[in-house]
Amino acid sequence: MSDSRSELMVSLWRGAQQGRYETYKVPLRENQTVLDVVTFVQRHLDPTLSYRFACRVGMCGSCAMTVNGRPRWTCRTHVSRVAARGQLKIGPLENLPVIKDLATDMRPFFEKWQQAKGAFAPSRTRSEDMEPIRPDSPARMAADAAIECINCAICYAACDTVRWNSDYLGPAALNRAWTLVNDVRDGATGERLQAVAATGGCHACHSHQSCQELCPQQLNPTASIAGLKRRTTWAYLKGEI
Amino acid sequence: MNVRLYVWQRLTAAIMVPLVLAHIVVIFYATRKGLSAADILARTRGSFAWASFYGAFVVAAAIHATIGVRNVLTEWSPLEDRGAGMLAGVFGVLLFLLGARAVVAVVLP
Repeated sequence: MSDSRSELMVSLWRGAQQGRYETYKVPLRENQTVLDVVTFVQRHLDPTLSYRFACRVGMCGSCAMTVNGRPRWTCRTHVSRVAARGQLKIGPLENLPVIKDLATDMRPFFEKWQQAKGAFAPSRTRSEDMEPIRPDSPARMAADAAIECINCAICYAACDTVRWNSDYLGPAALNRAWTLVNDVRDGATGERLQAVAATGGCHACHSHQSCQELCPQQLNPTASIAGLKRRTTWAYLKGEI
Repeated sequence: MNVRLYVWQRLTAAIMVPLVLAHIVVIFYATRKGLSAADILARTRGSFAWASFYGAFVVAAAIHATIGVRNVLTEWSPLEDRGAGMLAGVFGVLLFLLGARAVVAVVLP
């Protein structure tokens, strides 16, 4: 007879877009992370299980999954914090196509980064002097507050607006756009404001704030999006976009 | 939703804030004072001020609601932007006609 205190009942999503949850028994360990649990299943119970991870220390952002209904970094989530009554339900991230099991297709997420003009557009050449930037200037402080995003897509998976509106660029792409709008070295502000002011841009956000509630980096994409709404509105009223 | 619709929705909301408050005050006044329909019509008929007040209210509400309904339709129904815009537009026109009819009924002498 198994000891319920030494075992976890783990339901894992198996299949692609269509599939089902399958349950596995995994030994409970001290300081065990959710990623440890998934890895145990793949190494000892079912080697066909697909999932994605890289650094295991919360730097790469590749191991995000839905854990007991919430998107989380599995490598930084201790089982003891989330396993209600010794049970875990682990699925792929929401709002992204499922490739297989716990691995999602991240292409729509990164394509929206590009649509939001998330790439830095230098305004000077390498032969010119670098732009001096005061760290305490309001624009740099606004950029710094949003800069630590590692593209894990947790905010994207948590966002109701993304779920309802497939055109919506999502919190991460808009947060990135906000950092660049506040970067005085960037030379594509007009183009970027136009991109984020179009249908599916920042104005589609309902400010539900799931992104800032669940961001593992404690960033606040809702505030970044509010900043973009203000900037684009003024730009529109002035006839700049 | 794009910046143009966003600006129109916020603008009409800003117009409606004082109008809603004044409308509530009017309702309280009329009920507390026990004004009859005839008393109210005596005040509103031929009044340019009441026609402007409720006329602005109807226009702002019709625009505001149309944009909101369009949003709901694009997010919660299978309709694409164009279909949702047309359906919401029809709703907005209907709302405007109903509101305009009510304003005309109380302000025309």
